Amino acid sequence: MTGDSAASAPGQPGTRAGRPVGRKTAGSRWGHLLDGGLLRGGVQGSPVLRLFMRWVRRPLLPVMRLWRRNIQLRIVVTTLLMSLGVVLLLGFVVIGQVRNGLLDAKVKGSQSQATGGFTAAAQQADSAATAAGNEGPDPGGDSVKNVSEWMSSLVESLSSGGQGAFDVVTLSSSGAGAERGFGPRASGGVDPTLSVPEVLRDRVDDGAGAAQSYTRIVYEASTGKESQPALVIGKQVNDPYGNPYELYYLFPLSQEEKSLSLVKGTLATAGLFVVVLLGAIAWLVVRQVVTPVRMAAGIAERLSAGRLQERMKVTGEDDIARLGEAFNKMAQNLQLKIQQLEDLSRMQRRFVSDVSHELRTPLTTVRMAADVIHEARVDFDPVTARSAELLADQLDRFESLLADLLEISRFDAGAAALEAEPIDLREVVRRVVSGAEPLAERKGTQIRIVGDQQPIVAEADARRVERVLRNLVVNAVEHGEGKDVVVKLAAAGGAVAVAVRDYGVGLKPGEATRVFSRFWRADPARARTTGGTGLGLSIALEDARLHGGWLQAWGEPGGGSQFRLTLPRTADEPLRGSPIPLEPKDSRRNQELNNAGLHLGGGSKLATVPVQTAGENVQTRAPIELRPTGATPTVDPTALPGDGARVVPRPTGAAGGHSDEEVDDEAGDTGERPSQGGAEQHEQGEAFRGR
Amino acid sequence: MKGRVLVVDDDTALAEMLGIVLRGEGFEPSFVADGDKALAAFREAKPDLVLLDLMLPGRDGIEVCRLIRAESGVPIVMLTAKSDTVDVVVGLESGADDYIVKPFKPKELVARIRARLRRSEEPAPEQLAIGDLVIDVAGHSVKREGQSIALTPLEFDLLVALARKPWQVFTREVLLEQVWGYRHAADTRLVNVHVQRLRSKVEKDPERPEIVVTVRGVGYKAGPS
Repeated sequence: MTGDSAASAPGQPGTRAGRPVGRKTAGSRWGHLLDGGLLRGGVQGSPVLRLFMRWVRRPLLPVMRLWRRNIQLRIVVTTLLMSLGVVLLLGFVVIGQVRNGLLDAKVKGSQSQATGGFTAAAQQADSAATAAGNEGPDPGGDSVKNVSEWMSSLVESLSSGGQGAFDVVTLSSSGAGAERGFGPRASGGVDPTLSVPEVLRDRVDDGAGAAQSYTRIVYEASTGKESQPALVIGKQVNDPYGNPYELYYLFPLSQEEKSLSLVKGTLATAGLFVVVLLGAIAWLVVRQVVTPVRMAAGIAERLSAGRLQERMKVTGEDDIARLGEAFNKMAQNLQLKIQQLEDLSRMQRRFVSDVSHELRTPLTTVRMAADVIHEARVDFDPVTARSAELLADQLDRFESLLADLLEISRFDAGAAALEAEPIDLREVVRRVVSGAEPLAERKGTQIRIVGDQQPIVAEADARRVERVLRNLVVNAVEHGEGKDVVVKLAAAGGAVAVAVRDYGVGLKPGEATRVFSRFWRADPARARTTGGTGLGLSIALEDARLHGGWLQAWGEPGGGSQFRLTLPRTADEPLRGSPIPLEPKDSRRNQELNNAGLHLGGGSKLATVPVQTAGENVQTRAPIELRPTGATPTVDPTALPGDGARVVPRPTGAAGGHSDEEVDDEAGDTGERPSQGGAEQHEQGEAFRGR
Repeated sequence: MKGRVLVVDDDTALAEMLGIVLRGEGFEPSFVADGDKALAAFREAKPDLVLLDLMLPGRDGIEVCRLIRAESGVPIVMLTAKSDTVDVVVGLESGADDYIVKPFKPKELVARIRARLRRSEEPAPEQLAIGDLVIDVAGHSVKREGQSIALTPLEFDLLVALARKPWQVFTREVLLEQVWGYRHAADTRLVNVHVQRLRSKVEKDPERPEIVVTVRGVGYKAGPS
């Protein structure tokens, strides 16, 4: 449907014709804008454009990050965009309404005016024709001049009635005008041919009714007037000689246009204000919400960083205040709980410490008394003398048990502190070995140290490392069945390691991970005869952990065992591997593989090859070669490096005399007496008594 | 050998037992059970050595230790039930020469006491120099530019041990053996604490020691003289 829809008859309401005009104009303008490519993602496809977009987007990245992170910005921008949309929509609707209202009135007025004009023109033609008829038939030459004059006067008279509110144009009907000799005429300096659109002329030519259209009035150059929008209504009318010509009324719309632009300007200003104000309001409103949220976030961060006394400021009773109160309550409870836990932990430590003191003082008295009695036992009768011996011996055991218990509870309370400094592990090993020498002699065991050609230095707590190694060596000697014990040292990468190898009964499968358990007994039925506390290896494990190191065990039934302590060379450095493989080269499985000429064959069952020969092997073995820990495999899937706690089965300990006394005398440090590992409890009773 | 030992302990049973053992070894023990009365008892008894329990009613052992050290260099051996770092170090820092952890064996205690009393035997006349210090071993005095510096017997022994062999680096274990009389390794914190105490007295700037120099990873040696 086009804007210049024909009104079938003058006088009929032009509303239908008018409205579409306005709406169409607006719609097509929008359409143009849309088609113009703003929203038509015309970017895809072209690589050049894509590159350009990337280039454009790079500086935008920080803005986008801000967009993602800043909720206030997001809300304000969204509000701005949405209110802009609403205002635009509103503006267009209002402007459309105003335009329609203005034009409707104009069109109605113009149509009645034009209808009147057309009637007047027809009457004048009739009266002129009557007059001419009275004068007699007019020869052709005259009539042309007459019509021409009449036409001019008609235009004059018609336009004079409007007082400039409209102009009148006459055009000869197409085809006929030229030969009949009169040209276009117009009032008010209007260019007749340019001002009337061709389409309208065609329609006027075709039909008998009036037709209307919008156009622009173009004035002749001599008048110097600007062209202006107008409504044009035309109709075919007959001149006095019955020949048809076209009569047009042109109504300028400049007044309406002025009003419309005024309305537009007002609306635009108002809209702009509204948008800006809405943005500002949104900013303020969001700020009210966002500020406390940000404060809460900041305080939450500080709380989690450990500053538990941080609180939100709470004012008023609104939702934000409720949030603040809830937050503060949460922080309060958190602080309380943490405080309670801390208090509990402190109390626990305090309790351990107090128990330590309270128990130790009477124990000291008992101990001294027992010693005095023990010294004097030669004067007693045999029964009393034996009682004195038992008393003294069991006091030793009680003491070491108490010491170990307290040590373990110190670890549990997290009160154990590492005093690491660079130490040479060779010295520690030598001290430990010389300390264990008397025990070894009694058992007929030789202790050999391998790999001590170079200093093995690591940042470690000498006291703790010595305690661990003393424990391992004494255990090895006790369970070694008189066979040799080899202490190996090695350093590689960021780690140092000490492995204690014995060729005793070894570890039984199925007892994995249990050697380090507290009070673990290899054979519960005979457990109570031992002098060991059952805590030695647990403490050793804790000591290793405190260093960030590993303590691991390997063993095969009847083939001996190896305990390996791996420590990081510098404190705080995580361990990745150990310089010594957990399963020794001279394990029966490895030997079997070697004999078979295989090196990494799988699935061999443990053979019953005699274990000895290992002793010789060891001596000829050169400094330990580094083998990745990952390659120590097949021992037990649980014996993975990494947590230091995993262990391979260990068998029941070897029989052996309990030589706690000697070792401790050597060590002379009751606080750190070596505790025999959990596995050494066989025939201890006899050995004990026999001492 | 002189052998007056003041036992400061609130546990009467333990004190009595200590008395029995000490008398058996030829010492002359005297007793006080209260921290507040300890100083008075100390002045009265003029002991050659003090056995001091850390946990006492009234003034605690640390405080008593500090008071005694303030007026005398007499050897102090702490009896402690706590071998935790803090307690021991605080005790040593307050002036104790050595400590022994309960429960201990009588032999161990006696050995420790004898080690502390041993150096009261008169040494041969000897002049030593370390840094800008002059040490008169027999006269038990240390002087810097004629001004004498007061040291406890233990600190003096430590300084003398270092000064006698200025070319040698002493490990803590060796110092424990030579100065404290331990036959084998013990708590090296003893050495650390007493080196600090010694430095605070003899060094011009204890932060940058010139007399007792730390050899990292090994131990200590005398500074160049």
